[in-house]
Amino acid sequence: MTSAVSVSNLSVTYDDFKALNDVSVEIAPGESFGLVGESGSGKSTLLRAIAGLAPVTAGTIRVHDRALQGAKRDKAFYRAVQMVFQDPYGSLHPRQTIDRQLLEPLAIHGVADGERRILKALDEVGLGSGFRFRYPHQLSGGQRQRVAIARALILEPSILLLDEPTSALDASVQAEVLNLLEQVRRNHKLTFIMVSHDLGVVTHMCDRLAVMQGGRVVERLSSADLVAGRIGEDYTRSLMVASKGFQRKDVAATA
Amino acid sequence: MSALLTVENLKVSFPTRTGLVEAVRGVSFTLGRERLGIVGESGSGKSQTGRAIMGLTPGHAQVTAKQLSFDGIDLLSASPKVRRDLRGKRIAMILQDPKYSLNPVMSIGRQIVETLRQHENVSRAEARERALDMLAAVQIRDPKRVYDLYPHEVSGGMGQRAMIAMMLVAGPELLIADEPTSALDVTVQLEVLGILDKLVAERGMGLIFVSHDLRLVSSFCDRVIVMYAGRIVEELAASELANARHPYTQGLLNCMPAIGSDRHPLPVLDRKPEWAQ
Repeated sequence: MTSAVSVSNLSVTYDDFKALNDVSVEIAPGESFGLVGESGSGKSTLLRAIAGLAPVTAGTIRVHDRALQGAKRDKAFYRAVQMVFQDPYGSLHPRQTIDRQLLEPLAIHGVADGERRILKALDEVGLGSGFRFRYPHQLSGGQRQRVAIARALILEPSILLLDEPTSALDASVQAEVLNLLEQVRRNHKLTFIMVSHDLGVVTHMCDRLAVMQGGRVVERLSSADLVAGRIGEDYTRSLMVASKGFQRKDVAATA
Repeated sequence: MSALLTVENLKVSFPTRTGLVEAVRGVSFTLGRERLGIVGESGSGKSQTGRAIMGLTPGHAQVTAKQLSFDGIDLLSASPKVRRDLRGKRIAMILQDPKYSLNPVMSIGRQIVETLRQHENVSRAEARERALDMLAAVQIRDPKRVYDLYPHEVSGGMGQRAMIAMMLVAGPELLIADEPTSALDVTVQLEVLGILDKLVAERGMGLIFVSHDLRLVSSFCDRVIVMYAGRIVEELAASELANARHPYTQGLLNCMPAIGSDRHPLPVLDRKPEWAQ
């Protein structure tokens, strides 16, 4: 089986700092793949490297069996791969209406039936056409992230790169956005690569995941393994503990 | 238990072009030397409640209450001077993101010393000594080095520890923590909470912990207040969380994806207008 995204021995270096060090991952078509780790572990850098936003110094990235050179990406790539960023406050243009922002990718790619696509995309993310001519500051955080998802979907890509799509949102809104992502994945048979520091979110959304630390993949495991506690690395275990929430140590000791 | 803080029918509203926006609509509670959690979504008025107690509500807002008193002092009729003396000395507040709430052009040590010398008549040398002790108390390994660093030179977790040090150095009796760990990494969150927990317990402070994460709050506090649309919809002991009766509280509890629970799709909150009544 050919993989949707294949990264082998990838390194990314900023000046002297190795953000990614010899990383390899394979993601099958239609799979939902998670990347977890703390800040600075390189999980977002890997996603950005795939999107052509990070300086790759070694290794290869193949998307749908086409090798990508350096940081150059052609239009065909962006038709197949789209990205949703962490902060919906920062990733939408503050002075453009939602309509204008959704039109932008269509204009770049010369897609004709813009009107129909915009309405369809808005409808799909659960925003009515009433939102079409509003500005980002008139929307809530959850609604803005829906717009960002609509913008990513409007070119009908096959791979979606998700960089902490819900970490800037409230817990109750997070559930709505996660449900939306699952639904569009089912409808469009999308491949997801999802970065998150929340193990709960990743095990909910992804089939397999890679745990990263210090620019390397320290462990690859399936969500089922993680849930069952079949964990090989201490680092993964410490993330597990962290995701369980706060526990008072002295209380635990006396109990 | 004598009440440290009494809040009765607190209202905060903001006049805007389109009319009065009521952020807090009649909140009442009392706080002793205990840990109280305030939980709710964005816009539920939880942060504005904390800010009104601290006296940090913007000038154009209207704050009214039947009673808002701290240790017998009526906060609403107190002069600005009295409030300034309280703020930082007896009531302190930890803010969400150390990146935005520390002074970027002042070293961490000097900011801690500034707080201390504002409220206590201590010599420079003694203030420095106490600031270093405080940095050590929040488990910063090399206090002398961190003392001279600027906020941009430290990580988020370190910055938040510095903020805790700054807030606790004057020995407040009430600490308001407004989402103290939301901007931090999961692994660092626990460390910071652990430090906060230890210091609050050792010094016997009252704590108001404001957050949108119900599970986190319930594992940290003794008592939890759940707010929706500016009102308290439910108040319960943290240990009683599983028996929460209000559908909003139950919704908040259920909507988090947890490891090992296979629920697709996740239950979402179905907000009912009558909850806001």
